[in-house]
Amino acid sequence: MSTKQKKNGSNRIVELARNNSVPLMFILICAVCIPVSGFSPGYLLNEIMTRLGRNAFLILSLLIPIMAGMGLNFGMTLGAMAGQIGLIFAADWQIWGIPGIILAMIISIPISILLGIFCGKMLNRAKGREMITSYIISFFMNGLYQLVVLYMMGSIIPIMHSSIKLPRGYGVRNTVSLLHMRQYLDNLLAIRIGGVKIPVLTLIVIGLLCLFIIWFRKTKLGQDMRAVGQDMDVAGDAGIKVERTRIIAIVMSTVFAGLGMVIYLQNMGNISTYSSHTQIGMFCIAALLVGGASVDRASIGNVFLGVILFHLMFIVAPSAGAKITGDSMIGEYFRVFISYGVITLALIMYEAKKRRAKGKAGQMLQLAQDEEAEN
Amino acid sequence: MGKNENTTTTLGYKAKIKEFVNDFGLPRLIIAGFLLALFILAPLVGADLPTQITNTINRFSWNAVLVLAMVPMVHSGCGLNFGLPLGIISGLLGATMSIQFGFSGPMSFVMAILIATPFALVFGGGYGWLLNKIKGGEMMIATYVGFSSVSFMCMMWLLLPYSSPTMVWGLSGKGLRTTISLEGFYDKVLADFLQIHIGHFSIPVGSLLFFAVLAFLMWAFLHTKTGTAMTAVGSNPSFARASGINIDKMRMLSVIMSTWLAAVGILMYEQGFGFIQLYMAPFYMALPAVSAILIGGASVNKASITNVIIGTFLFQGIVTMTPTVMNSMIHMDMSEVIRIVVSNGMILYALTRKTEGSK
Repeated sequence: MSTKQKKNGSNRIVELARNNSVPLMFILICAVCIPVSGFSPGYLLNEIMTRLGRNAFLILSLLIPIMAGMGLNFGMTLGAMAGQIGLIFAADWQIWGIPGIILAMIISIPISILLGIFCGKMLNRAKGREMITSYIISFFMNGLYQLVVLYMMGSIIPIMHSSIKLPRGYGVRNTVSLLHMRQYLDNLLAIRIGGVKIPVLTLIVIGLLCLFIIWFRKTKLGQDMRAVGQDMDVAGDAGIKVERTRIIAIVMSTVFAGLGMVIYLQNMGNISTYSSHTQIGMFCIAALLVGGASVDRASIGNVFLGVILFHLMFIVAPSAGAKITGDSMIGEYFRVFISYGVITLALIMYEAKKRRAKGKAGQMLQLAQDEEAEN
Repeated sequence: MGKNENTTTTLGYKAKIKEFVNDFGLPRLIIAGFLLALFILAPLVGADLPTQITNTINRFSWNAVLVLAMVPMVHSGCGLNFGLPLGIISGLLGATMSIQFGFSGPMSFVMAILIATPFALVFGGGYGWLLNKIKGGEMMIATYVGFSSVSFMCMMWLLLPYSSPTMVWGLSGKGLRTTISLEGFYDKVLADFLQIHIGHFSIPVGSLLFFAVLAFLMWAFLHTKTGTAMTAVGSNPSFARASGINIDKMRMLSVIMSTWLAAVGILMYEQGFGFIQLYMAPFYMALPAVSAILIGGASVNKASITNVIIGTFLFQGIVTMTPTVMNSMIHMDMSEVIRIVVSNGMILYALTRKTEGSK
């Protein structure tokens, strides 16, 4: 018995290391790259703070579908598109500053809800392969987004301002400047501690979302979602409307992603109309996974750890790569490779774990059956 | 009695049509109808139809092998090969090394295939081993294996010691260029072989023959003992295991075949296109191939050579026809949007069909 316990103990350490291997790996990469890159701690701290405010809200939007057992929501891109459409309208109507940001958020919500319902319905038809489906949905919707923004805006949907409209008379320009909206949310109530700017209001907004998620987990709907995430059949038998719950999870995620995108873009100060949203899903998911989340389990702590580690790597990798290899492009490619590599690794570990668990369950059943036979 | 018989036959007829529509799929019908409309509209709006058809056939010959690469993995139940870029990278390694080692003309094409083969075997082997570890989640992981390998190779193209002056950046003398011209190497070696010209038409017989040979070999393979075993693994794994087939080995074999075909496929593409594209170019190459075979009537766990031919023709037809026809009709180039919506819509349709949702 005691040997068994000892074995369990060492297993637990291995398990712990295995569960946290991605964050550990990133801490290692950062530990190597930071001294090589030669950035000052003050600069790094400032950058991390900016990026925390910029990205945390978006990444938090991924948590709810994970809770509902739908995996990483690659369809958060849909919300990002809605946010961009909201900002384009706000910019076109020349409503700037905080009112512009709020207006953009309000416009984005109904669009996000519609897109979320579409996405949720699709995912309900593809149970068991939600991730690849939501991934393809984001591509599919990108086509429709281009149709709306590039062809319908200005010709069917009125766009007045010539700084936004393409010279040919319809379609939106490649970049829409948000100069009069840039970091308004961040700068309001911002404080500086030793040269590090802390965007207090943005952090408060992020904090509110965290509180909402914590509260939401305890509500009836939140509990239902967790039940659906555990086992859809059992949840269905218990009288939970599985499909509806799943749609709500995706809609909530999409809406938050839309709001998050507005926060993200007001920090950036301009919209790349046709490319801002395409990469956002990948970076957010990579950051969440770097924070130690997996496909079926993610916490708020993962989000913050992920933002810090992932973006630290993102800041230092190019210059560290340039110093080591003498070619600035190597570092650029390196960080792209790491982002994809992390997602690949996390997906593989998740699937392998799922199979191991299945195998273990099978063995237990075998054991139980053997015992029964002996008796 | 006679009347009764009559009604049953009409009923049977109706059921047959319905079955046909169900079998063929509504989206496929719409796409085929759309392409037909394009062909009819083309002369009316003043586009040169023979040139259009020639272009379509040309593009068919570039892409067909890449689409063919989907078949083995679908047969063995590994799903759609979103990891196609891995095979493409083997092909690119073959292509660049063949030039680096100083081969030229048609010989460089043969050598490119020969050099790409060991890479495809090794990469495919590793990829197959990985996919055997994660049965059930193949497609998502395949996508990201493709992405990571492409971004890893981005670094390698810069770091590997290539030195051929036709390929490296002129200024620094190292690191491969993003696009490399194949003039003097294997630019159009197959397309020009036995090419037929009839007025405005020209048919790249060599390329089509090369594809036909590969397609025939694939068809023949699927009818051998190993091929049937592979299909059995895909359609009914428990039955396959019961009849003593080594499932993992079959899946591994299918992945290696798929990877090798992707390597040859990209070389085919390059010889038609005339350029080698490196760095991020292979990134999204899996999606057109995936949607082409789906448009041709394949599903997540069923695919045939006919699906490949029909699908590639329909997909490439739409890609070539829409820009010209749309431009002359409404003076708006919406082809890019249509391509995105059609190709991804098709994949989405295949993924969300309830009948196959069980897998």
